[in-house]
Amino acid sequence: MNHPEKYLEIWKLQKSYPSPSGPPAMIVEDFTLNVAEGEFVSVIGHSGCGKSTVLSMIAGLNDPTGGGIVLAGREVKEAGPDRGVVFQAPCLLPWMTALQNVTLGVEQVAPNKSRAEQRAIAAHYLDLVGLGDSLDVHPNQLSGGMRQRVGIARAFALSPMMLLLDEPFGMLDSLTRMELQQVLLDLWATDRKTALMVTHDVDEALFLSDRIVMMTNGPAARIGDILEVPFARPRDRHDVFEHPEYDRLRQRLISFLEDNAQHPKVREEMTNDPHNIPPRELGDRGSFSGRRTFSVTPKSHDAA
Amino acid sequence: MSALLESPPITARSTEPDYVRMSSLPFVKLKHVSKSYGFGQQRREVLKDLNLDIARGEFVAIVGYSGSGKTTLMSLLAGLIRPDFGTVMMDGREITGPSPERGLVFQNYSLLPWLTVFENIALAVDQLFPNWSKEKRQAHIEQYISMVNLTPARSKRPHELSGGMRQRVSVARTLAMNPEMLLLDEPLSALDALTRATLQDEIEQIWERDRKTVLLITNDVDEALLLADRVIPLSAGPGATLGPAVEVDLDRPRNRKTVQRDPHFKRLRNEVLDYLLGEGARKKPHRENVAVIAPRDEPSASRRQPFVVSN
Amino acid sequence: MNERKFRGDWIVLPFLGIVAVVVLWAISSKTWAPNLPTPWKTWEVSQPYLMKPFEKRGELDQGILRFTWYSLILVAKGYTIALLIGTPLGFVLGMSKMFAKTFDPIIQILRPVSPLAWLPLGLVLFQKSEPAAIFTIALCSMWPTVLNTAVGVRAIPQDYLNVARVLNLSRMKTLLKILLPATLPYMFTGFRLSLGIAWLVIVAAEMLTGSPGVGGFLWQEYNSLIYEHIILCIVTIGVIGFILDRLMGLVERRLQVAKA
Repeated sequence: MNHPEKYLEIWKLQKSYPSPSGPPAMIVEDFTLNVAEGEFVSVIGHSGCGKSTVLSMIAGLNDPTGGGIVLAGREVKEAGPDRGVVFQAPCLLPWMTALQNVTLGVEQVAPNKSRAEQRAIAAHYLDLVGLGDSLDVHPNQLSGGMRQRVGIARAFALSPMMLLLDEPFGMLDSLTRMELQQVLLDLWATDRKTALMVTHDVDEALFLSDRIVMMTNGPAARIGDILEVPFARPRDRHDVFEHPEYDRLRQRLISFLEDNAQHPKVREEMTNDPHNIPPRELGDRGSFSGRRTFSVTPKSHDAA
Repeated sequence: MSALLESPPITARSTEPDYVRMSSLPFVKLKHVSKSYGFGQQRREVLKDLNLDIARGEFVAIVGYSGSGKTTLMSLLAGLIRPDFGTVMMDGREITGPSPERGLVFQNYSLLPWLTVFENIALAVDQLFPNWSKEKRQAHIEQYISMVNLTPARSKRPHELSGGMRQRVSVARTLAMNPEMLLLDEPLSALDALTRATLQDEIEQIWERDRKTVLLITNDVDEALLLADRVIPLSAGPGATLGPAVEVDLDRPRNRKTVQRDPHFKRLRNEVLDYLLGEGARKKPHRENVAVIAPRDEPSASRRQPFVVSN
Repeated sequence: MNERKFRGDWIVLPFLGIVAVVVLWAISSKTWAPNLPTPWKTWEVSQPYLMKPFEKRGELDQGILRFTWYSLILVAKGYTIALLIGTPLGFVLGMSKMFAKTFDPIIQILRPVSPLAWLPLGLVLFQKSEPAAIFTIALCSMWPTVLNTAVGVRAIPQDYLNVARVLNLSRMKTLLKILLPATLPYMFTGFRLSLGIAWLVIVAAEMLTGSPGVGGFLWQEYNSLIYEHIILCIVTIGVIGFILDRLMGLVERRLQVAKA
């Protein structure tokens, strides 16, 4: 606790899975990172590079095979409500209303409060994410964006020691994504809780974070580079986009990702594609520079 | 390039001042269009007093949130549904039902899985042009397959194609029907960014070639700005309505990379976003009423992924 | 294809279907099946049982709904036992892989055994007809509940379990707040199928044990050569089974909404 710059210490984190034939499959080889108290850090990388695995290890949902995690002086060994997790799918319980979903968590962190107080806390956070008049609505009556708002409220209502966000907006359309980025930023700005977010969206990372950690491609992913984001807070979308440094920082992230574009899934998509663009030419064709649309997650083609 | 020179723009382009386009009769006209679904207590107003003029040969993009009524608007234009109030006109006549004059491309590709690429397109062409000779129809189909760069895959069935290729087939089928107007309903939102970018470029090239009137509906502001002459935000429902139009006076062909660093592009982008994230955003978070038949254009809601990535 | 709909088609069309079958029945009894009572004869002979459905004229001569009531009581007893044993068994089977591996084969072997085979064993075990019938009903109708509950427990999305882990919910709370509601729709599908089987079994059980009820009545009237009453019993059994299934269906649909 005496080292505010080492609020969260991740040391040589490693994850491998035993494989039936040959050596174990190494997912994350060496992930070492210190996060200061009140800092917002994003981890960016191609899908399947193991960034979500890192986050789930910090959440305690996945046991590391090497290294350690220390949060505020205590080693992280299992999952718990001291870390507020926002999942990619909102993970709401469909048989509970929005309020009940959030209250379930509040009951866990504030068991001594009365039921009315617990509900009041939950309602307060739902109000902050703009759902004040939808407390008694079940998740199946909410749009995808609204559901994720409940997910965000649930994480914040725990008053956790830190926030863990696993591609929180990855399943939303670009417009709703921007809307929710603002909701998240406003909520975060109220008490600047230490946050670690996994994303593959360059602009999202730039808009929200103080630092961006770039991960190399798996197998055996590691930290490739770290980018400091100099934009002043509180942030405004206009100012950020029109900031003189914006394009340069953005380009740095994109170049890093392009250099790591040798992801098997990306290659597969390209061989399927009659255009068959070699990865190195992507920059010129601009495919990788789509501003909002930057994403290398090949979505399921059969989804629709 | 030669095709581009041979067919100059038919009608006013965005580079021309406003009054030029206003003076010519609009090709498509929406006047005070409103549409609701459901009855009584369940009734939900989807679109409220929409007014829109589209000139012949114009590429218009409408940007809006999922569930804000974009698909309803598209169905109105396609003639699949009728407005409660107001009129939808094309070429001076009211739209009363679906017609091959308006080619519709959906987000899901709606291809028949047991037919090859060629056969899927042939199905539409044979239906529309029964008087053509077999050779003429064949040549026509091949021409559109090659236009979307699918000649090597002409004998494949949909399940053998990637999502991007399937959407190309869908585009080719629609174009092969020689529609006067192209309605693109979030055609790319189910695709990954890489494929999406490629198809955006292709859509622009095809449009440059024959300058059909196009209405594109999307939730991606950048896609809209990259492709369209005019971008109009659609406010969030219920009771969605069109916001202030933004003229995209950027030179064509637009290069994705340079355009996005262009300060003017950034200004236009902020203008659209300001409306959508500000005035046009949800005033009150709306409840999606499941009992109501309002089309849910939300690709992601049903997709659930396990949290732990096992690579 | 788009068939034309008219007002009240949901009542007119089923009625037409019934009429068609009755006509077929009448023709049959007049032609190739002379022993089959005609519809009007059936109606005539059944009248006392239908018009005064709760009357008790003697041990073996009672209104049809009175017989039905006896049968329902018996079904309720066996079915309750089936649920009380089947649901927890399903939960354990769904949660523990080892348990599933141990008991799945024996369940798969016992499941297809006919009620006619279980009943004599019940008589040997309990010496009396009623407990034997209950034993048979419970044993035969349990399996859908067991298997569906197990499937439901296994099908709980990892997402929900992650929520439980992240919030550090206690075992009890995880069971009550997550496992049970998530499994409920599956469980109920099992309950519904189980009830159907229980109702099937009752007829066989009553026939063999001779206890009063629709099944017992059916068998007795067969032996007394009053064939009209056989048809009355068949129709009654069908209608009651249909009503039970519909009632369960209504509850099930409510649960499916919450499943989302």
